[in-house]
Amino acid sequence: MNAPHIPMLPGFADPVDDGQRVFRALLDALARPGTVRQLPGLQVSLPRVPAPLHVAAGAVLLSLTDFETPLWLQSPGGELAAWLRFHCGAPLVAEPGEARFAVIDSPATMPPLSAFAQGEPEYPDRSATLIVQVAGFEPSGLRLRGPGIKAECCIGIAGLPAGFWRQRRDAQAHAPLGVDLLFVAEQAVLGLPRSTQVTQADEDKEN
Amino acid sequence: MNTIAGYNFAYLDEQTKRMIRRALLKAVAIPGYQVPFGSREMPLPYGWGTGGIQITASILGRDDVLKVIDQGSDDTTNAVNIRRFFARTAGIATTEKTEDATIIQTRHRIPEKPLSEQQIMVYQVPLPEPLARLEPREAVTRKLHALADYGLMHVKLYEDIARYGHIASTYDYPVLVNGRYLMAPSPIPKFDNPKLHMNPALQLFGAGREKRVYAIPPYTKVESLDFEDHPFSVQRWEDPCALCGAEDSFLDEVVLDDAGGRMFVCSDSDYCTTRQAAGHTGSQSPVAKEAA
Repeated sequence: MNAPHIPMLPGFADPVDDGQRVFRALLDALARPGTVRQLPGLQVSLPRVPAPLHVAAGAVLLSLTDFETPLWLQSPGGELAAWLRFHCGAPLVAEPGEARFAVIDSPATMPPLSAFAQGEPEYPDRSATLIVQVAGFEPSGLRLRGPGIKAECCIGIAGLPAGFWRQRRDAQAHAPLGVDLLFVAEQAVLGLPRSTQVTQADEDKEN
Repeated sequence: MNTIAGYNFAYLDEQTKRMIRRALLKAVAIPGYQVPFGSREMPLPYGWGTGGIQITASILGRDDVLKVIDQGSDDTTNAVNIRRFFARTAGIATTEKTEDATIIQTRHRIPEKPLSEQQIMVYQVPLPEPLARLEPREAVTRKLHALADYGLMHVKLYEDIARYGHIASTYDYPVLVNGRYLMAPSPIPKFDNPKLHMNPALQLFGAGREKRVYAIPPYTKVESLDFEDHPFSVQRWEDPCALCGAEDSFLDEVVLDDAGGRMFVCSDSDYCTTRQAAGHTGSQSPVAKEAA
């Protein structure tokens, strides 16, 4: 009741154009997996988002979520929850499996990928999209193949827990079911749809 | 051109755009799978490209340059109206030049000029379900897609061969996307099917009445169904285009008089006019006629 009043952070400066620009970048990110793209114009349109979100994660949520998309947060903080309720209107759910979108801010302690909605054989689109906040992107470490990639492309993603890629590879046995991943770091996004095959450059050994 | 007041940018409201955008992202993630979406009523009837228009409205930005073609032509009624619709409701630039466009909405053709990675194709689709004519129940076709059981379609193609000696589909020729989903490429001529394969551009498909969107990401394997002893092949014409002399384009037959006169001309109007401007001529070109 007497909690100090924290003014709520604003959403997009221009919801129509900013939302469209972010969406086009995401469409491109999922259509061309493995390419890192900076979301355009965020310094102006979305200078700040509530912790622990990265700016790009906030922009993805503002452009894609609304009352139709149950959302699961790994760290459902008060300010963040209030910001999302006000700007997106997305219902926050407690069970990862009920969410259409999920925000992972600490991949080291994230639930297994199989905890999220994988879709149904007749409706593989009824699956979760995971926004995973990572430390950053590197030029190598992973080899990607699949739709959207001309031959093969190399990329590295910093800050994922050991075993993540094996987990994802195991999940691909259920293709075309599976979750789609959007890795974000500050203002950058990298898309990894379920259709992309990932192998680790230093293969063989574990993970 | 000034935009019409009282409408949101590109006509659709933001919540509708978000819903279509989410469907499109899933469509890209599952190449060839038909994602259901809440198709809205548009200010033109179903069958006039409402699926394509809703996709275009959802992806369009102020910097985009839009080209709209109808059977390859920029100047038929459907193309002119849709281009004008977006010029009025979004105030965006439009073009007839394939290479200048960032978004190309099409009814039943793929431009002859190769597309680039910076372009998005938007197809208007009347019937998104390739199995619909063989199995009318959606509950069943969904199950067949889930099981990747496409025997029905192979039997249909086989019966064509048994009956006519060749596969008789010349348009909307079924394809297998990324080795998984059977997909209707919309009623493009089978001449265009090879362009679907490993295309650098993102290809989006929208069916307004049937409320489905689907996609082929760039550089994705797209195979036209066939048999080892009856391989897929495309149409060929004996004569080149009568106006520009092109031998590599899809030709339309144009009746000239009531005495059996006819000519074959490029269906892609931009391709044909570009070639004519570059000095190429055909048998019916004004220049060739004068010389004769």
